[in-house]
Amino acid sequence: MSGATSAIYNSIFRSNATMLGAVFVSAFGIQMAFDTGSSKVWDTVNRGRQWKDIKQKYITKPEEDEEE
Amino acid sequence: MLARSCVRQASSVGAVARQSLNRPATRAFTNSSGTAEASSVWRNAMTGGAATVLAVGSIAWYYHMFGHSVHAMTPAEEGLHPTKYPWEHVKFYKTYDAAALRRGFQVYREVCASCHSLSRIPYRTLVGTLMTVDEAKALAEENEYDTEPNDQGDIEQRPGKLSDYLPSPYKNDEAARAANNGALPPDLSLIVKARHGGCDYIFSLLTGYPEEPPAGANVQEGLNFNPYFPGTGIAMARVLYDGLVEYEDETPATTSQMAKDIVEFLNWAAEPEADERKKMGWKVLAATGVLFALSVWVKRYKWTPIKTRKLFYNPPAIAQKDIATRLSELKANTRQ
Repeated sequence: MSGATSAIYNSIFRSNATMLGAVFVSAFGIQMAFDTGSSKVWDTVNRGRQWKDIKQKYITKPEEDEEE
Repeated sequence: MLARSCVRQASSVGAVARQSLNRPATRAFTNSSGTAEASSVWRNAMTGGAATVLAVGSIAWYYHMFGHSVHAMTPAEEGLHPTKYPWEHVKFYKTYDAAALRRGFQVYREVCASCHSLSRIPYRTLVGTLMTVDEAKALAEENEYDTEPNDQGDIEQRPGKLSDYLPSPYKNDEAARAANNGALPPDLSLIVKARHGGCDYIFSLLTGYPEEPPAGANVQEGLNFNPYFPGTGIAMARVLYDGLVEYEDETPATTSQMAKDIVEFLNWAAEPEADERKKMGWKVLAATGVLFALSVWVKRYKWTPIKTRKLFYNPPAIAQKDIATRLSELKANTRQ
């Protein structure tokens, strides 16, 4: 336990620049994870209701005759 | 109150009778005391009764004077309150149903658009909510819009683009009135927000036309009877009939199906941001929930030493000795 704590301390909190870097990087990562996760939950709750769920029905036809 | 006092009297008479039956020897005595008792009971009952009548009467008078709610309009002028329907897209965790929006837009285009404008909706907003880009472009090109003035200062016509707004059926409000017997068909862009009852009201209005106005209803010339419309006389006649449009996804186009689809579409037109807003709301709740839990933990952490400490009072030993010696000195002095 104390080994892990001191390892964390030495690797992250010892230098201010490292800690700031860790804060920004983890904020970025957590936000990405939170957004993806909540979108996934939202789309599961609303499965079949949103345009992206039904657009295939209307997109496939025009794609055949007009490919640019 | 009178009845109650009578009952009281009767019961007291009964008691007297019972007493006289049990003790015939003291009959005269019981009889005289019985009449005195009865008169005092009668007086009590009268006082209580008068107080009750006064209290009830004053409350009734107050209610009569000030208790009634005042309505500026008669129920007919208010219009029938719409039925509450369990709209799926109104729920906090549900988006609009894109298929319903698509059907609703079809109903708008084929039915409503002949009189009602939808002037705040550009073609670009249809893309990605109920149409593909190509469909929306094709739809926009069906209509002509004014160009910027050319070198000669003339304004020409060009086919519509995605950035153009849906065309209105009339040039201006006056033209709309002139074509509709003086009644202005309202713009439908924000109609769901603009009417009390929102979705419920519009659905009830569209489906609430009776076969013929009820007996005794006063329907003016050129108006139609609809109980949900304030005043009951509406210039718009019933427009939705079973099978009026043909849905491309082969949903049966009943009157209520079309009304439901157009209502959901109009709700989207009024609140296109609703889907994103609801999703954002849940995310905010989740993040604030975590932050709240964190703050509770921090508070408990900071307060731990204060909450778990114990306070002791140890009286200084020297002081106690002092008091003891001084007490014994006092005693010695008083003895002398």
